[in-house]
Amino acid sequence: MTELQTIPARLEVNGVSKRFPGVLANDKVDFAVAPGEIHALLGENGAGKSTLVKIIYGVLHPDEGSLSWNGEEVSVADPHAARALGIGMVFQHFSLFEAMTVLENVALGMDKPGDMAALARRVREVSEAYGLPLDPDRDVYTLSVGERQRIEIVRCLLQNPKLLIMDEPTSVLTPQEVERLFETLRQLASEGVSILYISHKLAEIKALCDRATILRGGRVVAACDPKAETAKSMAQMMIGAELKTVTRRAGGDLGEARLVVEGLSLASEEVHGTDLKNVSFAVRAGEVFGIAGVAGNGQNELLAALSGERLGDHETVVRIDGAPVGRRDAGARRRQGLCAVPEERNGHAAVPGMTLVENAVLSGHHRMGLVSSLFIRAAAAGRFAGEIVKAFDVRTPGTGAAAGSLSGGNLQKFIVGREILQNPTVLVVSQPTWGVDAGAAATIHQALADLATEGVAVVVISQDLDELLAITDRLAVINVGVLSSAMVTKEASVEEIGLLMGGVHGLDATAEGEEEVHVA
Amino acid sequence: MSPKAPLFKIEPRREVSRGLLYATPLLAVALTVVAGFFIFLAMGYDPFLALYHFFVSPLLTVYGWSELMVKGAPLIMIGVGLAVGFRANVWNIGAEGQLTMGAVAGGAVALAFWGEETALTLPLMCLAGIAGGMAYAAIPAFLKTRFGVNEILTSLMLTYVATLFLSTLVYGPLKDPLGFNFPQSRMFGDAALLPILAGGTRLHLGTFIALAIAVAGWVLMTFTIVGFQVRVLGQAPQAARFAGFSGPRLVWLVLLLSGGLAGLAGLFEVAGPIGQLVPQISPGYGFTAIIVAFLGRLHPLGIILSGLLMALSYIGGETAQVEVGLPQAVTGVFQGLLLFFLLASDFLVRYRLRLRGAVAVQPQAAE
Repeated sequence: MTELQTIPARLEVNGVSKRFPGVLANDKVDFAVAPGEIHALLGENGAGKSTLVKIIYGVLHPDEGSLSWNGEEVSVADPHAARALGIGMVFQHFSLFEAMTVLENVALGMDKPGDMAALARRVREVSEAYGLPLDPDRDVYTLSVGERQRIEIVRCLLQNPKLLIMDEPTSVLTPQEVERLFETLRQLASEGVSILYISHKLAEIKALCDRATILRGGRVVAACDPKAETAKSMAQMMIGAELKTVTRRAGGDLGEARLVVEGLSLASEEVHGTDLKNVSFAVRAGEVFGIAGVAGNGQNELLAALSGERLGDHETVVRIDGAPVGRRDAGARRRQGLCAVPEERNGHAAVPGMTLVENAVLSGHHRMGLVSSLFIRAAAAGRFAGEIVKAFDVRTPGTGAAAGSLSGGNLQKFIVGREILQNPTVLVVSQPTWGVDAGAAATIHQALADLATEGVAVVVISQDLDELLAITDRLAVINVGVLSSAMVTKEASVEEIGLLMGGVHGLDATAEGEEEVHVA
Repeated sequence: MSPKAPLFKIEPRREVSRGLLYATPLLAVALTVVAGFFIFLAMGYDPFLALYHFFVSPLLTVYGWSELMVKGAPLIMIGVGLAVGFRANVWNIGAEGQLTMGAVAGGAVALAFWGEETALTLPLMCLAGIAGGMAYAAIPAFLKTRFGVNEILTSLMLTYVATLFLSTLVYGPLKDPLGFNFPQSRMFGDAALLPILAGGTRLHLGTFIALAIAVAGWVLMTFTIVGFQVRVLGQAPQAARFAGFSGPRLVWLVLLLSGGLAGLAGLFEVAGPIGQLVPQISPGYGFTAIIVAFLGRLHPLGIILSGLLMALSYIGGETAQVEVGLPQAVTGVFQGLLLFFLLASDFLVRYRLRLRGAVAVQPQAAE
């Protein structure tokens, strides 16, 4: 950086560039994190945040530029070297073994775990000192997502980091858990630990961070004090354009119930999955219905049961426009008018190795007449893929590009667009804007709103409560496979929803930590 | 950092070159030839002469080419069927058994009509051959879809059952009553034999059907929704379910298809070059077809080329035996080498080896 500082920065990134085939992921990035500072790294998906963080943590190596640690230039060969310097990282996706205990998982992630009994003591000490209640002897599969994240944080803290990198840490937490995490982070910062906080949630960054570096297209486009900015002004710096707001026709004239789910129970196929228990709800024409909940509470099972990937016990557990389809497969339900967007893009909603045209055929052939007597109508499929790309502004070299080569947000626009352009009567979407940048998220939200205006029944399953509050008419909360009764979104309170999301447990692990497991 | 770090590190390549992926079969063939050169040298043969008789001299006569087609046909037919299954991640390793059962079923029809053949006998034999192969592939299909049993194990083990079943028949009920107790059936009647297409060769109708099947396989995989479903199932099973494609139904489909084609190939052997049922019908075509499928990049048209190449390894092996006195095992060695080099170069196209020290030793700072 240009300015002179009396205390050297904890971490300084000097002109770092990283090129991948076809993209410049980081272009001469400069920024510095002071000791004890909570520094936000803000940017859309594909802005180069992950690449930059991977360089700092030694997973990738810069093509140009250098890193300085406490004023001295260093080269971080790999994550071991990063940890040796005092850099800890909590990844967005946890790397935990479900069948093992908390303590065993902590030990596995450490370079030198040492004596297990001593480690257990330290885990207890650290977790108490930082308000991260954690029982070292619990099996991981019994823990909520928030508790799992604590394992990752404690694992980092045990190594006395000087810089803690948090990658999108709140995407899976309830509002209460988020507040609790922030307290921990503030305490760490007050003790001199620097925190690099990666997120695209602007409200959180305003609440937590001292400074923010904003990336766009691999470059630093702005550095600001988040407390002095509005969420809107930061969003505009982030996407470099005016942000569209979702416009909805005023509600009121809702039509008949188009999707009715009645007494749906389904055992999960996963070993530690969540069984659906007697789920019932109805969505009327023109309505956007939200299903809130912390990840892993049966959302994936619910989506599979609605889309037809898994079949119910009776025909009548799912009805589309009155027609019972509970025992019909996904193809039959699509023909009946129900389209779906699952949470996972790669390998579920799309085949990464196939072209966009082929991916358009994947779920589109049922309703779009893309197959005639066993043969795929290549021209029609190409036109359909082209329409999606055009209507949803999917950035791609062409419809012949592999789905896997698109950025997450672009692929999501393609997938959502593919379902919307099939003119469904019922649309079920899970995590419509997961990992999607603000601009794409606005496009998707607007498309869902327009769909409802046209009389489609829309179900949005999301862990992002802000999203649900913004776009739904009514919502219900799913917790351990049980769906709460529905409430009108405008009248719902965040606290109430938060409590339903976490249940009463999940907030405090020690309170219910009765189950004693033998000490390893 | 750590004291016992391996010397090499294996890293996936970020970008896998498509061109390179298609070039690996050629590279594998070249490496096989080079390795063969040194093996012959070490064994004390003239390597140039041996390689000449292995790879070149069979291609200098019309008869050699016709033999190439005759031996390539079953490899291509079976390879095309297997490739469809492999695309769906269904690993039918038991084509040899399905081939045998197809030959048994079709051969039994020929023997049942013996002496009273009509124009319908041969088509009926073909249908029986397909049915025999399909029925035998239905066993692993049932076990996989119903009980989740791994088809690799069941299909492979059933191969040995099929071979023994064939022996039982030709030593017993189907033995030629006038055959001096040799373990073989009667020679099929003329109307139960595949027509020969060119005098002085063994080039039969089946070889052209094999080529037509390869083209049909290409059409199936490239242009139809069935081929699309197979590819989706293989690449992303969850996406297949999302799209409403039934996994079990596709498993049945690809196993019946590959079994049926193997069965038909078996029938073509007994109704073509062999002309009767004998204890051993194929020199391992069912297994070699696995190499053919991969060498042809699981692409039906590539399989035509790789099928002919593997046929050359059979014929070249025989020629080299006669001309240079090489042991018969040399055919197997060459096929094994080819598969080894193919898999190795495929691996190196997708991954790279890096010397462990190469990165870690980087200088700390420029100054």
